[in-house]
Amino acid sequence: MSETKPTAGDFFDLPVNTSHLPPKEKRSKLLQALLDMDPNLSFDDPLENDMVLNMGPSHPATHGVLRILLRLDGETIINAMPELGYLHRGYEKIAENETYHEFITHTDRLDYLQPLHNNVAYILAVEKLLGIEAPPRAQYIRTMLSELARVSSHLVAFGVMAMDVGAMTLLLWCFREREKIHDIFDIVVGARFTTSFTRIGGIAQDIQDDGIAAIKAFLDQFPERQNEGERLLNRNRIFFDRCRHTGVISGEEALAIGLTGPNLRASGVALDLRRDAPYLVYDQLDFDVITETEGDSLARYYVRLREMEESVKIIRQCLEKLPQGSVHAHEPKKVLPRKERIYTRMEELIHDFMIVNFGVNPPVGEVYHAVESAKGQLGFSIVSRGEGHPWRLKIRSPSFCNLQALPRLLKGHLLSDILAILGSLDPVMGEADK
Amino acid sequence: MGLESALGEGYITTKLDALIGWARKNSLWPMPMGLSCCAIELMSAGDPRHDISRYGMEVMRFSPRQSDVMIVAGTVTYKMAHVVRKIYDQMAEPRWVIAMGACASSGGMFRSYSVVQGIDQFLPVDVFTAGCPPRPENLFNALIELQKKVGTSSVLDYRDRKEPIILS
Repeated sequence: MSETKPTAGDFFDLPVNTSHLPPKEKRSKLLQALLDMDPNLSFDDPLENDMVLNMGPSHPATHGVLRILLRLDGETIINAMPELGYLHRGYEKIAENETYHEFITHTDRLDYLQPLHNNVAYILAVEKLLGIEAPPRAQYIRTMLSELARVSSHLVAFGVMAMDVGAMTLLLWCFREREKIHDIFDIVVGARFTTSFTRIGGIAQDIQDDGIAAIKAFLDQFPERQNEGERLLNRNRIFFDRCRHTGVISGEEALAIGLTGPNLRASGVALDLRRDAPYLVYDQLDFDVITETEGDSLARYYVRLREMEESVKIIRQCLEKLPQGSVHAHEPKKVLPRKERIYTRMEELIHDFMIVNFGVNPPVGEVYHAVESAKGQLGFSIVSRGEGHPWRLKIRSPSFCNLQALPRLLKGHLLSDILAILGSLDPVMGEADK
Repeated sequence: MGLESALGEGYITTKLDALIGWARKNSLWPMPMGLSCCAIELMSAGDPRHDISRYGMEVMRFSPRQSDVMIVAGTVTYKMAHVVRKIYDQMAEPRWVIAMGACASSGGMFRSYSVVQGIDQFLPVDVFTAGCPPRPENLFNALIELQKKVGTSSVLDYRDRKEPIILS
């Protein structure tokens, strides 16, 4: 310790200038009391007054049950540590005890803002393991519906982010649009929210004319509604001031941490699995990969907005190109037969019995398949030992990886910036905790 | 005394019960304990189409001190159960609990090592709702059933709970 190190007294023990004040006998009691107060604070080191604050797990802006431990200096965040696991449901262990078909319903509850996308991601991994492929009509319907799911997920991200920074109206408008998407799922899938729509080698049922008409009606009015919502925020000074230059991350850092999806593209890295490793029918469709260069909360918000437009474009193309034909692959030992045929034909009855009771028994091996979900790269890695259920199933969930960037993004910002940053990261805890 | 004997046994207290019950049941403020998928349907219940404010319940308060009914929406894990119970204990009486969805009611599809098999293991539940997740209409059904219960319970011994309502 050197003698010259300044102490608190050196900063605060300066003589108070009283020349502009009335003379001592004419001062009020209050003023005199203030002047008589000892200005020396009892801190040994005034800079060492940081505080630990707990945020969550029950907090309206943590998007579920995320808990963040914050170390604060005044209002500035020195360090942040997210604590996960409040919604850990043991998916990977559940998967080891269920057949491949049974686990489809569990994938709904992973990222519950876009259940259909998870169904598609999981079933593509299983089909890769089995070495089969769904017929083109099923592929197109899967693409179309997963893009609808992407829109519904981005709508929540859009509305909730706006609500977190103080704009309540947009949330209600976004949910109004989401209800329309739920209606479409109600017609096409039969369930409005948890869809469980995909099957090995196809989809649960073919899309009918009323479903196509509902999708068309939605597409016709959606761009206008989206524009309406944008107008609330795009010229909103409060929203801009809170989101611009908060949570800035460069492309290199984002890649090093493992960010994917809109969060990575907002940092200027044009990585989109739909274009870079095409699955389903994305190689036959024309769409743009949206990127922004700033890497802040506002850029992430813009990427999601533009992606909704791209999704609408993709769905329109799918509707135009939708081929005729079956939606179930002809693989009797792997694809569940139709119910009406089970009751009338012996072969189908046997196959149904074997698939339901013993599973589809894929060959011994290991696969990994990833899709570009609304949150980022959603991958399923399956290890098979030739049994009816996976020996090990690992989920690479984008929300979990995106949350790893949180300490880096929060450092140096103010306490109130957490909401703008967390809202723009758009994590879903069902997926992050698995 | 004189008034009671003139008007009949328990006249004032029963009328007061009815009045307070009516007031309470039409201004139940929910504490949305949104944990997982059901929380999204709970948000849907507040959207322009379903419009939860028709029941006087749109005032979603994330502060337990200001709320009357806790809607436990989603899977409760053992790690989260302590938090849910702590928040319930902070709520001012009288307080009610709705178990929304299969997970909160019975553990649902998650028969796993980390999931509590029904919140009635650590909370007194008034209404159980089926569905995974329940549609907003189903949640409203639970709310209406709870309103009936609140409206008919006595002011002084509301703690004397009847059997929970099970909606299937």
